[in-house]
Amino acid sequence: MKTSRSRRAARLVAAASVAALAATAFGQSNTADEIAKYRAALQDGNPAELWEARGEGMWKEPRGPAKVSLEKCDLGMGPGVVKGAYTQLPRYFADADRVMDLETRLVWCMVKIQGYTEADAKKNPFGAGNDRKADMEALVAYVTSESRGIKMNVPQSHPKEREAYALGEKMFFFRGGTHDFACSTCHGEDGKRIRLQDLPNLTTKAGAQKAYTTWPAYRVSQGELRSFQWRLNDCFRQQRFPELVFGSDASIDLTTFLAVNANGAAFDAPAIKR
Amino acid sequence: MNTTMMKRCIAWSVVGAAGAWLVGCATAPSDAETSAKAAQVMKASFNARGQAGLDRLDQDETQKLCTDYKTKAPPRDVAEKIEKLNLAGIKWPADGKYAGDWKNGERIAQEGRGMQYSDDPKGPVGANCYACHQLAPQELSYGTIGPPLYQFGKIRGYTEETRKYAYGKIYNAEAYNACSNMPRFGQMHILSEAQVKDLVALLTDPDSPVNK
Repeated sequence: MKTSRSRRAARLVAAASVAALAATAFGQSNTADEIAKYRAALQDGNPAELWEARGEGMWKEPRGPAKVSLEKCDLGMGPGVVKGAYTQLPRYFADADRVMDLETRLVWCMVKIQGYTEADAKKNPFGAGNDRKADMEALVAYVTSESRGIKMNVPQSHPKEREAYALGEKMFFFRGGTHDFACSTCHGEDGKRIRLQDLPNLTTKAGAQKAYTTWPAYRVSQGELRSFQWRLNDCFRQQRFPELVFGSDASIDLTTFLAVNANGAAFDAPAIKR
Repeated sequence: MNTTMMKRCIAWSVVGAAGAWLVGCATAPSDAETSAKAAQVMKASFNARGQAGLDRLDQDETQKLCTDYKTKAPPRDVAEKIEKLNLAGIKWPADGKYAGDWKNGERIAQEGRGMQYSDDPKGPVGANCYACHQLAPQELSYGTIGPPLYQFGKIRGYTEETRKYAYGKIYNAEAYNACSNMPRFGQMHILSEAQVKDLVALLTDPDSPVNK
């Protein structure tokens, strides 16, 4: 797995440079046709594999003040089990007495196992340009890639998991800010779009399944791998809300609402998006 | 479920007394209690940044009521209450003129910046009408969340009544259609009175490309 991933990753370094150039061009002609052409040009693979390879290395490498790897990290299916773990997140973790999504759980492991401070583990979660690629996005890319093809099966057996879903549903319809926007303003009806961008209807099972199973994604227009925490954060920015805190309870509740709605669909990410 | 009840339920579940759990939590939290908790959790999950303070999470009456009805239209009595409340908030132009310059209006309709924490507070603020509406036929990159407004004035007539309606609707959409997806551009101080007038002109001026 490692070898094939690394080899493909090496090939993709070249592809990524092309992607960066293409990203500039997309600013001007942002059409479905252009994206289709770009996807075709990327038949060799998705640049997300670069993040997956880096994340796999980081997962296995002794890191942090304790100089240990994350291979003992329990993502919910037992220490070190990565295969399929993302399809059962967010879930309740007894050791933390909290429902956690992947990112919050990774922070937990970095603190408890590798000895990072929580502040250090949460630093720069979405990256800041090419010089400061986020470690978190790479770890997320690796872990999620190990769930590709596996059906979403997010648990709702613990009361706190059910509470997270109920609160997340409320938050999805919460109207606020200067523009009265809620998540549902853009994602509550079929067949709608903003400018030319199609919007998934996240209130239907089919819509939630299609959207949730294709995050994280390599974002062509940004030349970045973007996680679901980033997706929520940037939606709220556009809603004119204040900044959603990385790993906050609201971010986990909303993720739980959408992930549970996606149950039954095969996970298909890291994907590639415009 | 209030906080005390919640804590009690959680305490019992942790103790592992299944019987106690069933008894203690047989009463599920009411819908209103879940709403209140969600609003409270949200308040603790955001940071003020740039021009977007935490007060943006404080819902006014309209936002609160519309949240409860999700994507459905509220019942007639609630809708009337919302529309009355918002109609009262419209500040009509002192000079009695509803329409400004359609060319400025087109720029405002195209401008997507404004009010986000990532935006320069001193920078331009637009309405980004094209994000949701078709307007001038030359612009092919338009969204479909709102109805098409192509030929708005031509269809409705170039009358004072049409202009007044457009002004009011842009100023405060909730006054005409309770729980509309459209922002209240005047009411919420997104656009100035002059900007609202320019948009009215874009929609109702016979020379505007919207009416060609």
